[in-house]
Amino acid sequence: MALEIVESCVNCFACQPLCPNDAIFEAKPHFLIDADKCTECLGDYADAQCASICPIEGAIVDELNVALNPPGSLTGIPPQRWATAQAEIRARGSATGGETL
Amino acid sequence: MDLPVVSEETAPKKSGCSAGSCGSSDDQLGHLADDIRQKVQDHPCYSEEAHHYFARMHVAVAPACNIQCHYCNRKYDCANESRPGVVSELMTPAQAVKKTLAVAATIPQMTVLGIAGPGDPLANPERTFATFRELAVKAPDIKLCVSTNGLSLPQHVDELAKHNIDHVTITINCIDPDVGAQIYPWIFWNNTRIHGREAAAILIEQQQKGLEMLVARGILVKVNSVLIPGVNDQHLKEVSKVVKAKGAFLHNVMPLIAEAEHGTFYGVMGQRSPSPAELKALQDSCEGDMNMMRHCRQCRADAVGLLGEDRGAEFTLDKIEQMDIDYEKAMEFRAEVRAGIQAELDAKRAAAHNVVPIANAPAGRPVLMAVAAKGPLINVHFGHAREFMVYEASHSGARFVGHRKAESYCAGDETCGDGESVLDKTIQALEGCEAVLCSKIGYEPWGTLEAAGIQPNGEHAMEPIEDAVMAVWREMLAAGKLDAPLQAKKRA
Repeated sequence: MALEIVESCVNCFACQPLCPNDAIFEAKPHFLIDADKCTECLGDYADAQCASICPIEGAIVDELNVALNPPGSLTGIPPQRWATAQAEIRARGSATGGETL
Repeated sequence: MDLPVVSEETAPKKSGCSAGSCGSSDDQLGHLADDIRQKVQDHPCYSEEAHHYFARMHVAVAPACNIQCHYCNRKYDCANESRPGVVSELMTPAQAVKKTLAVAATIPQMTVLGIAGPGDPLANPERTFATFRELAVKAPDIKLCVSTNGLSLPQHVDELAKHNIDHVTITINCIDPDVGAQIYPWIFWNNTRIHGREAAAILIEQQQKGLEMLVARGILVKVNSVLIPGVNDQHLKEVSKVVKAKGAFLHNVMPLIAEAEHGTFYGVMGQRSPSPAELKALQDSCEGDMNMMRHCRQCRADAVGLLGEDRGAEFTLDKIEQMDIDYEKAMEFRAEVRAGIQAELDAKRAAAHNVVPIANAPAGRPVLMAVAAKGPLINVHFGHAREFMVYEASHSGARFVGHRKAESYCAGDETCGDGESVLDKTIQALEGCEAVLCSKIGYEPWGTLEAAGIQPNGEHAMEPIEDAVMAVWREMLAAGKLDAPLQAKKRA
């Protein structure tokens, strides 16, 4: 069993020093977890340390590809509200697109 | 290198007045003890006067954070944005040291190096302290300072004192966990992510403890607060009283920046930012208890230069590599430039003492005026101003009360503009001001400004700001414009 860091990682370094197994390492384009070393913190901590400090929803997943921090769980923004806001921004962008200030 | 040991004996002495009402507003540093004045007189983020003359820089070495704030989005990186937490280029401590020395050699007015993010500096203690350690040796004339959310402050206070860091900024938005629960969704504490009120309670406890420990060691503490309408606006008066009582010497209340485009909780959920008038009203109401800072520009975690101008683009890592620098000579040159500025400021202060206040002045209401200036003189063309300083003129003199940005926070891609002209936005930004003083102004904006109830004035070009503001106020007084209270103006 091992966790995985995926492409939404913003390379903030927060998880790396917390890993009890030293399984997390800096890489391009984002940090990675050595699957052979990762124990998901079993026996060391109640919660996986990387996923407990990671600020980005969806950036850390388990072997079933399930996000440990699903959408809305960290920011408090309901996913529906997020989608609406993004649509509004796109609409504004296309309305004023090409205009120079 | 020997670092002075900071002990209880060197803790800042209380100034003569303990009633808390002596925050003389026209001389922000007026009531400070001499030792504190010494420490802040060339720090642009701590002294309103200094920020016209001295520059600072932030190095973005601290990416990790241990809390989430609802006004922050950790995904952000935009070269066109100017707000806290945003950076373009994360650096290693070695790169940060190199950049600092390059900037200090190019901008001799640079007196301060701060670490402010983009995460929390004390959540990255190795990277933060490695940078400070090396700079203390290689550029001992540069002041080091740090800005933190306070969660891990208590455990790092001794280390801060050891590195001779005598300025620390703590962001304190609340002292009530119920308020905090609306600002902080979670913290990482003792190997666990903690949510809600419990998280806020721990954060508040650590912030207050850290503040007390810093004050006990004689380290100057500035408190930053983000004004969030409907969340902590009334509460911040209490925050101001408490942090003042505990020994913070300056309180900086900043307006919330929240746009849906930023992807922050507040931005997406439609939380509004305060108006300039709301911000000023709160700062005024705290002023009786606390020395308030009003010249903050809410800069980026990699800002370079004078407050309000960002020269970061001149110092990217590849450009620094090309620079050939004589570090010893650069330090000597800095010393010369600083001595020159100090002499100028001393002369200015001496002259100020000779000004006779208006005796038996007839009453006249206070007037807000916007000023287009870089430095202490009115020297910027209206159309070129990216920001305006706002002064309140009254019978007791001219008082700096804040600044207003002339452009939207982002002037970059098409997601930013909303179809309004720059002039309309400027007029909105100057809401509440009755005059705008600049070196020159074009015919077209003149008419539009006048129609909006803001009198343009280009007659005081290259004059000292305070003198010009008072001259205009006296003209308005003589013309009988200041007898009646200001009517709410219609939007042009």
